[in-house]
Amino acid sequence: MHDERLDVENLHLWRGDRHVLRGVSFSLSRGECLQVTGPNGSGKTSLLRTLSALMYPEEGRVLWRGQDVRADLAAFHGALAYLGHEPPLKGELSARENLRYWIGVRRRIGSRALEAALELVGAGAWCDRLVRTLSAGQRRRVALAGLALLMVPLWLLDEPTTNLDREGQQLVADLIAEQRARGGMVVAALHHELPASLRDLRRLELRA
Amino acid sequence: MNRVVTPIAGSLVQTDTAPSTQTPAWPDTAQASVLEAARLALARDLRLAFRKRDQLVQPLAFYAMVTMLFPLSISPELSRLREVAPGVLWAGALLASLLALEFLFRDDAYDGTLEQYALSGQSLTWLMFAKTAAHWLLTGLPLALMAPLAGLSLGVPAAALPGIVVAVAVGSIALSLIGSIGAALTLGVKRSSALLALLTLPLSLPVLIFGARATQLAISGGPLLAPLELLAALAVLGVTLAPLAAAAAVRISLE
Repeated sequence: MHDERLDVENLHLWRGDRHVLRGVSFSLSRGECLQVTGPNGSGKTSLLRTLSALMYPEEGRVLWRGQDVRADLAAFHGALAYLGHEPPLKGELSARENLRYWIGVRRRIGSRALEAALELVGAGAWCDRLVRTLSAGQRRRVALAGLALLMVPLWLLDEPTTNLDREGQQLVADLIAEQRARGGMVVAALHHELPASLRDLRRLELRA
Repeated sequence: MNRVVTPIAGSLVQTDTAPSTQTPAWPDTAQASVLEAARLALARDLRLAFRKRDQLVQPLAFYAMVTMLFPLSISPELSRLREVAPGVLWAGALLASLLALEFLFRDDAYDGTLEQYALSGQSLTWLMFAKTAAHWLLTGLPLALMAPLAGLSLGVPAAALPGIVVAVAVGSIALSLIGSIGAALTLGVKRSSALLALLTLPLSLPVLIFGARATQLAISGGPLLAPLELLAALAVLGVTLAPLAAAAAVRISLE
């Protein structure tokens, strides 16, 4: 069995007549985190969506465990968690219900694990309120609880610290650190001011 | 306040807490089965629908209005109403189900649920099937249950009502499935309702024709098994092909 690793070879992506990704290459192995930086519109989100195989690049490929991800999409997606700009939550469901459905589609979760994750992100007091009534930062925290529950080796995070207070940003840093300690990998678009523990990451700079 | 975040590996998976680099902490066995995933997707949509009742009520109210306006506007003469009843019942059902289709994927596309489904590692086809099944339970089935009421207002004899309920129930399965393809294809389009109707209505015509025929035969007391079987055949065809097509269309819309 191949070890978990992500190899990205010479990605070129066009959106309309814009050449968004111009030859992006990197490799990640166990326990590594790559910080993707760059100004707005430089293609951070496009890169993450290409890595997740939501978008197909015009050239280049993404390899998971040495195999092109398109060869076995289900296996790759089973090993991946993607968090986009907006937390994928339903306003009409409570935080707890949201997690139960969203994560439950992918893996069995016991109610104890669910409690633990909600507690971890500080949602214990408000996890039964409808998400519609939560603040943007609280919603982000619910999404982070989902991330923690998924227990998958590869995280693709698009601005995970958006709307979070200092404590919440520290939570993101701790989650990433823990994921790395487990041997997991993280690719994160982060351009916010980072907690100290996240400042020594490998960086990939995209230019507009 | 400086909150101490405790390691979560131990609390979330029932394995040993020590994160070792040799034994991976990824519990493959905990993966939900595809049926479990589909069940949850269905349960989620049902629960959401009951939280947002207006989307549930709108097509039904539309159906009730259309079918009750006809007797008022044509003539109260029963023989005349019975003649137009099949057409009214089915055109109304078709338009009501079209009205409900817009909500099938739209909210899920906005809030990223479809994206998460596509990236879940589960079969998107099954998840689309679950969503369409929920849609039928929330619109097709209630339409079928309302059909007797609409039928009575159009002067349909009581003996014909069971046949009509079955016809609308079976026909609306096909309508939901056909509609799911159209709804998935128009996901990336702004103000898509006109396009959705344009795509879906021609494909729905066989359902309309056989459904109206079955209703006509039910009213006149003829043997309605043949058109019912054709409706069922359309539904089966839809069950086998529509979720595949809808899943492919959703993937394209996410790109």
